[in-house]
Amino acid sequence: MDADKLAHLYRLIFRIRHVEEEVARIYPSDKIKSPIHLSIGQEAVSAGVCAALQPGDIFFGTYRSHGPYLAKGGDLKKMFAELYGKFTGCTKGKGGSMHLIDVAHGYMGSSAVVATTISHAVGYAYALRLRGSSAIVVSMFGDGASEEGAFHECINLATLHSVPVLFICENNLYAVHTHIRLRQKLNSIFERVRPYGIQSERVENNDPIELYNLVKNAADEMRRTHIGPRFIEVMTYRWREHVGPGEDYDAGYRDRTEAEPWMKSDQLKRIGEMLDPKVRMKIEEEEKDAIRKAIQFAEESPLPAPEELYTDMYKD
Amino acid sequence: MERIITYSEAIREATEQEMDRDPNVLVLGIGVPDHKGIYGTTKNLQEKFGTARVLDTPLSEDAVTGFAIGAALAGLRPIHIHIRMDFLLLAMNQLVNIAAKCRYMYGGTVSVPIVVRAIIGRSWGQGAQHSQALHSFFMHVPGLKVVAPSTPYDAKGCLIQSIRDDDPVIFVEHRMLHSLKGHVPEKEYTVPFSKARVLFEGSDVTLVGISYMAVECLRARQYLGGVGINAEVIDPVSLSPLDIETITRSVQKTKRLLIVDTGWTSCGSSAEILARIAERFDEVGQVRLRRMGFEPVTCPTAKNLETLFYPNSQKIASMAYRLVHGEKSSWMPAVSDAPEIKEFKGPF
Repeated sequence: MDADKLAHLYRLIFRIRHVEEEVARIYPSDKIKSPIHLSIGQEAVSAGVCAALQPGDIFFGTYRSHGPYLAKGGDLKKMFAELYGKFTGCTKGKGGSMHLIDVAHGYMGSSAVVATTISHAVGYAYALRLRGSSAIVVSMFGDGASEEGAFHECINLATLHSVPVLFICENNLYAVHTHIRLRQKLNSIFERVRPYGIQSERVENNDPIELYNLVKNAADEMRRTHIGPRFIEVMTYRWREHVGPGEDYDAGYRDRTEAEPWMKSDQLKRIGEMLDPKVRMKIEEEEKDAIRKAIQFAEESPLPAPEELYTDMYKD
Repeated sequence: MERIITYSEAIREATEQEMDRDPNVLVLGIGVPDHKGIYGTTKNLQEKFGTARVLDTPLSEDAVTGFAIGAALAGLRPIHIHIRMDFLLLAMNQLVNIAAKCRYMYGGTVSVPIVVRAIIGRSWGQGAQHSQALHSFFMHVPGLKVVAPSTPYDAKGCLIQSIRDDDPVIFVEHRMLHSLKGHVPEKEYTVPFSKARVLFEGSDVTLVGISYMAVECLRARQYLGGVGINAEVIDPVSLSPLDIETITRSVQKTKRLLIVDTGWTSCGSSAEILARIAERFDEVGQVRLRRMGFEPVTCPTAKNLETLFYPNSQKIASMAYRLVHGEKSSWMPAVSDAPEIKEFKGPF
């Protein structure tokens, strides 16, 4: 990976981490009136995938949306304004944290119902191919989604039509508070999908560089040939609670010792140390400044007017 | 000279003309390109437009509905066909949580222009899971439009309007309407969702018939004419949005309203129309209101029980008579099964 790419990767990981730490800092003030599902610890997945994409590529995410939204280039000011429930937010204060969208940057939305956006990615990719576009579509979801029937229907549909979808399964071991060993016989989602006729791999350690290379090769191949969909499972770990700003290692469902190896191999620290310290500092200052301005923008923005309750229900 | 074609031919013609006009129109669903062609409504479309625009699908209602939504987000206009409305229950998450909500929860940044054609089955022992009319489920949810035209003319115009509409439309067709004939212009036209259709003017009682029940209301009107009752018959055409003004004006004139649904009455379309009318009349007793629909049981298959289960022109005429002459009066016209029901032999 060349120096510029590495710097960009670091910028994305840093942006997500710092945005979410700021969200967690602000949260007790009750200015953010929306459930938040933080990606802290999982930033490398969104960053590694999106760093390998083209601007015209499309991304569908889930309610743990801040990471993928930001990595795909989603507008920072509009995101904070949305969390604040302001009219200047990316959905004018109508969607909140779980429904971030930025059409201009190809981030096509996030759903609060698990596995719900996977089929949208497949249909979107079908439409792109029908029009002769070389863009690809990323569908990102968690390990819990692989237990929904829709997941299996979608893998079948995507392979059947050879559509250019890259499935990214973020396996953080937990669906809300339930460990995968209590939900699945084998913790091997990437192997389970292969009989559908899809090439599938796994990144074991949350490594964004390995993930970047896999995605880059897969995306290039999908653009060049009509090879159809690809599947990548990434093992990662959520450091904070399922929903909310804090930690929950004392809640009884998991132990801090499970998290410690992931924290020790923190990808923010690892990638940061690969950079020239001056480059790293510049990135951090620029990102902190942009985030500061975005928070100020959200603070100063107006609430939606009462009549906004009734707009955007139908086209006319 | 008037051109007369069937309801299913009208649907096929609307689909073909829109596919000719707009390359973004896509047709998909289980069995769409097979030799039966969804009662002829999709016949030969794949031969003309190719396998990329006319798709058979896996038996995955959930994923295929989401697929249609995704394609719509990318700018296509998919028509997703379900040969039985009962199968929509497998797609409720996508229809209610996504299609209905995308525009609003994404702050007006996206459109989901999908058409979901849902066919209500009936007759020849269709039974519990091939006969349900669940249109009221969708009327409950803001963000979805629900239309249920009863004439070939409205079927064509409403389908074209549905395809061109930028919001999701549930297009409800009753299986018993498919063989019915009527005047349909050859060239393209749209029928707006904002207007109920007065099929026959009258002065004594207003009959509102939903989907296929509009046909049975017209038959009831004939029987009622024989006993000196002049019924007005209205087809709402669109259930959501609902043109309550046209129905209100009629009830102001007749002071009597009977709504006949091809579905259950509890929390149904008839309940909704009745409630909206009741809210518009200040004094209790100013108007007399009744409704009729499926009996409150699961649809049986034995012919005699099935006949009891459904409303029909005889039951409609009899209740309308009581609305006009009082509950103690009693009259029932001698009628036989409707021809489209008698002639239907299945197995589909």
